[in-house]
Amino acid sequence: MTRFFLWCATWGLIGLVLLMPPAVILAEALSHGIMPALKTLQDPDGIAAIELTLEVTVVAVVLNTIFGILAAWLLTRFRFPGRGLLLVLVELPLSISPVVSGLVWLLLFGAQGWWGSALDRMGIQIAFAVPGIILATLFVTLPYVVRTLIPLMEQQGRDAEEAATLAGAGFWQILFRVTLPGARVALFSGVLMTTARAMGEFGAVSVVSGHIPGLTETMPLHIESLYNGYQTVAAFTMAALLAFMSMTVVFLRSLPDFMNRTREDPS
Amino acid sequence: MVAGKMKKAFALFWQGGDSTLPGYRLSLTVTLVWTGFFIILPLFALALRPWQNGFGMVLNELHDTRMFAALWTSFSSAVAAALLNIPLGLFLAWMLVRGHLPGRKMADALIDLPLAIPTAVSGITLATLYSPRGWLGAPLSKIGIDVAYTRTGIVLALMFVGLPFMVRTIEPVLKNLPHELEEAARLLGARPRQVIGRVLLAPLIPTVITGFGLAFARGMGEYGSVIFIAGNQPFKSEIAPLLIVVRLQEFDYSGATAIALILLLISFLSLIFVGAVRKKLSVWTSAS
Amino acid sequence: MSVVVENLIRCAPGSERILLSDVSLSVESGAFVALVGPSGAGKTTLLRAIAGLDKYDSGTVSLNGETLASIQERAGKVGFVFQSYALFPHMTVARNISFGLDVLSKAQRPSASEISARVQELLDLMQIPDLGKAYPSRLSGGQRQRVALARALATRPDVLLLDEPFGALDPIVRRAIRTWLRALHDQLGLTTILVTHDQEEALEVADRIVVMQHGRIVQNASPAQLDEAPETAFVMEFLGEAVSFKGVIQADTGLFIPDEAGVLPFATSCPAGPAEAMIRPFEIFPENAATGGKIALVRHGRRNGFLHYSAQLPERSVPVFFPVHTKHQSISDSCQGLNIAEARLFRNGQRIV
Repeated sequence: MTRFFLWCATWGLIGLVLLMPPAVILAEALSHGIMPALKTLQDPDGIAAIELTLEVTVVAVVLNTIFGILAAWLLTRFRFPGRGLLLVLVELPLSISPVVSGLVWLLLFGAQGWWGSALDRMGIQIAFAVPGIILATLFVTLPYVVRTLIPLMEQQGRDAEEAATLAGAGFWQILFRVTLPGARVALFSGVLMTTARAMGEFGAVSVVSGHIPGLTETMPLHIESLYNGYQTVAAFTMAALLAFMSMTVVFLRSLPDFMNRTREDPS
Repeated sequence: MVAGKMKKAFALFWQGGDSTLPGYRLSLTVTLVWTGFFIILPLFALALRPWQNGFGMVLNELHDTRMFAALWTSFSSAVAAALLNIPLGLFLAWMLVRGHLPGRKMADALIDLPLAIPTAVSGITLATLYSPRGWLGAPLSKIGIDVAYTRTGIVLALMFVGLPFMVRTIEPVLKNLPHELEEAARLLGARPRQVIGRVLLAPLIPTVITGFGLAFARGMGEYGSVIFIAGNQPFKSEIAPLLIVVRLQEFDYSGATAIALILLLISFLSLIFVGAVRKKLSVWTSAS
Repeated sequence: MSVVVENLIRCAPGSERILLSDVSLSVESGAFVALVGPSGAGKTTLLRAIAGLDKYDSGTVSLNGETLASIQERAGKVGFVFQSYALFPHMTVARNISFGLDVLSKAQRPSASEISARVQELLDLMQIPDLGKAYPSRLSGGQRQRVALARALATRPDVLLLDEPFGALDPIVRRAIRTWLRALHDQLGLTTILVTHDQEEALEVADRIVVMQHGRIVQNASPAQLDEAPETAFVMEFLGEAVSFKGVIQADTGLFIPDEAGVLPFATSCPAGPAEAMIRPFEIFPENAATGGKIALVRHGRRNGFLHYSAQLPERSVPVFFPVHTKHQSISDSCQGLNIAEARLFRNGQRIV
């Protein structure tokens, strides 16, 4: 009896706190039916926002994955003075407010920033333009691949890589044949987290973007301007699309659990 | 002596310690360049900027009451949200690990939902949900609770984004508490309530504090999910990150940077706090 | 192929703690050497240094007279079997074994059919011919051990290094693999260096034993020499149960006089002075065994072909073993004194000669 009551309480709580928001998104997006909702997606500014988001995400994911793999290799396979400091540094963006993560790039590349005017004279625009958005996104997504790889690679130890070295494998062969296949689940998860965060980043991008519709608006920024412009259906349709993309990516993380049962060590 | 030590440390740094695995220089170079440009350089800019216009400007910023009001709003809301999340997080983690909950896998996946939904999306969604005409806002306003455009709204939004941190911090520790503990306690004559309080919850205290620290740090800097529901009235419901954006729109870079630095300081302090608690936790978990 | 280690010194990185303290060792071609010692003695550290897996502060390691600086220079020439086996979990057994061939540059790499023939040859040699397609997680400990060995041998190295290869195996498999490994060593003409903390295993399988303690080599000898003439009290103690008797060697008589009553003096050619006599329980002989003697003998049962007794000296009791086939009835009760003439004599922990 108590147990049944606790179950109801748990699911009630989950329903109220966690399931209500996605339901609201759908309800608002479809408040005038499905056709008006789909129609809002044909807006050129909306399409530009989707394209920009994908572009920024790809750049952030590719660069931070390369960095993340090399940094995890460095930080788990070598013990050198300064390693502890680097371990703290690579996790730092996680504890910095998104707005501050955007602000720092204005301090460097904004009109009043250190190098902003110099770059401006050379015709290079970083703040309030796409490069600024990319920099801010790279900053906030920097830790994800490293921090998922490090605990796993630390736990796996160096034995397999040492065996590979003695068998004559070089750095890239070890990385691609031994380390990354062994850590593929963690790598996959880290890449997905990077993707989700890159797609959905709002605060940091908002500060450096300049909010020019069709040019420097990513999906979250476009949602904001639609919402503030009382275009509720359009805002929530875009929000539904973005939330769907992001949730798919996040829930894909549990995919390897289902697929790789046969190969993984059961213990 | 000191010079010898420095020389030895430098040699270790240059060779990558005693490991003979390849790729040290390459990965070191890439890591140093990347963290140098993306982390050290921005932090430098942030730390130096307020002093750029002279010491007087810094003192000036300290008289900005609107800034302190906004910082207080962020701080108190983040603390309140993190505190309220403790019982919620404990309850959910407990039900996931020990509750034999039907649909446990599903519930487990749903816990991550606030992390999966982009902050701007949760912002407009929560604002709609708790607006006076919203699904939850309407019944709440009938009984006299106004959520949207008040501090209550801020706290609710922060609770939403902070909940996964709390649950995900507690869950693994709870999972690793061996069942033998309960059995031993029961054999020693503890009643069920004593088992829960003294044997199961007590070891979770450091973990709960860690979860609190993480949820608080996140809440202190949170922007997207809050601004739509907050109302953003100066001195009342304006959060610190929003004031940074306002200052930037006024081209007051020094003012924006001052707030940013204080935010950074607070999140560092909470990180140090969490680190200290984890150290204590490690005394409990590893005997050696 | 001979392995020569000269003046190897290694400190723990970033500290002054010494892991290897001026170690020199020469292993001739075809030898089977066991590195033994308590944990923390530096056995694995030395083995890893020979393999080039850790950097050392000074000294050289050479194979066949050729000094090897980096791990890359050892690749393919040295086979190493890790204590954890370090099999690649995402590769099949066959891919694991062929790894050292797969990573060769295109010019050096044998053809695919040659590689698979080599893999099958090794699988047959390891007596696991049908496991090529299995993943390591499905194998038993003994099978993983064989796969790790096959992988180490795939590039036809002349030197095989094994780090605690039997540690994770149960006693029966352990004994079987140990005998088989020795046979394999002889069959392939390898030079093998093995690390183990189990001295009996070492004595059984190796033809040279290197005893280490505190990062140094204490003694490097054949099992027989080691048994006959242990260099230090530690070696004596480490190689098996030993009983020690304090006493003095008299200058005029040349006798070792034990401090304890009931233990008989014996003649020695060692220089006079205080000394410690150490002896194995089965080398102690009770003199004039009969009923009603001074020293009671209490029987404790039999193990490994020995009858176990304890001799009740005034201050303590010491173990005394007799082979089962001796006529023990006559000594079952008591004796007049313990004859320890077989003992080795030590002074300050060093053997006196």
